[in-house]
Amino acid sequence: MKLATFTLLAVLAAPAAHAVEYTTVLPKQSSVQFEFRQMGVPVKGGFKRFTTQMQFDPARPEAARASIEIDLGSIDAGSPEADDESAGKLWFNRSVYPKATFVSKEVRAFGNNRFELRGTLTLKGKPRDMVIPVSYAPGKNASTFDGSFVLKRLDFGIGEGMWADVGTVANEVQVRFRIAATGK
Amino acid sequence: MTAANRYSTTAIALHWLVAMLIFATFPLGLYMVELPLSPGKLKLYSYHKWIGVTVFLLVAIRLGWRLTHRPPALPGDIAAWQRRASAVAHGLLYALMAVIPVSGWLMSSAKGFQTVWFGMLPLPDLVEKNRELGELLATVHQVLNYVLLALVILHVSAALKHHFIERRPFLQRMGLGRKERT
Repeated sequence: MKLATFTLLAVLAAPAAHAVEYTTVLPKQSSVQFEFRQMGVPVKGGFKRFTTQMQFDPARPEAARASIEIDLGSIDAGSPEADDESAGKLWFNRSVYPKATFVSKEVRAFGNNRFELRGTLTLKGKPRDMVIPVSYAPGKNASTFDGSFVLKRLDFGIGEGMWADVGTVANEVQVRFRIAATGK
Repeated sequence: MTAANRYSTTAIALHWLVAMLIFATFPLGLYMVELPLSPGKLKLYSYHKWIGVTVFLLVAIRLGWRLTHRPPALPGDIAAWQRRASAVAHGLLYALMAVIPVSGWLMSSAKGFQTVWFGMLPLPDLVEKNRELGELLATVHQVLNYVLLALVILHVSAALKHHFIERRPFLQRMGLGRKERT
């Protein structure tokens, strides 16, 4: 009986005793969404297909690495008409630049499960440095990483020519993502 | 001149203001849906919605005014069936002027675009984004508008008939031309 109790305690304590490294991303529980304003109206969208690679050890957050590759063809830009329009040269020019990528360079930890992910976001062939605040929420089955940042679409030439008018479609795009991952 | 042969100045002003807005936004609606996507199209859609919300609010004021202010009586020799037809047509005109903007508002929500009056005042989304519902409401909006168009043609034709064919001073009731002398 004593032995059984001890074994049970040992099993329960095991995950805490070893550092967990999160490397396996769960696509179905992860999401990449965005929101922008069009004529003052908030419009929501997102990407259905993206692949994420990450290594995150809560004990050594500064050593974490993450990269994400988004299939721009999986866009929901708010309406079927906008989905079609976004593929064109003035927007993503998807036949030439089918993917968006982000690759981390550095992770800064602020404590309390809050981090800053610094890296390069490449859209339409234009690499730009971004600083993305991320919060980490440990979970039983999967842990989640939530990030949110504002990108300026014109920094990447997204919406050129007649679409460069930010009075119609705002320059600021709020991006929100959630990456769910399990550890080893 | 008798005041009883003419609508109140407030009723006349609201009538023509709403008429002008509808005469602007109806063809705008027909035109904008045919355009390829562009910033101009997005602007026109917004203007159409802003005008629609404005029409709705003005019609609410008109209904309140109408219910508290007796309209001028029709000339005594107008046939009973025409009086009934006039009452029904006016009731339908009011109903459509109120319901059509609401159908457009719901359609916009169902298509995933909140209506924000003049880009400043957001109207709540009463329905969730849903493609089938959006298409259904688009058809409803369109059909109701054609019914409105038919009623407006009837309304204008009847007024012109009374005025020009029957030679009654009918248009003066709505503030057109010289004020009637009796």
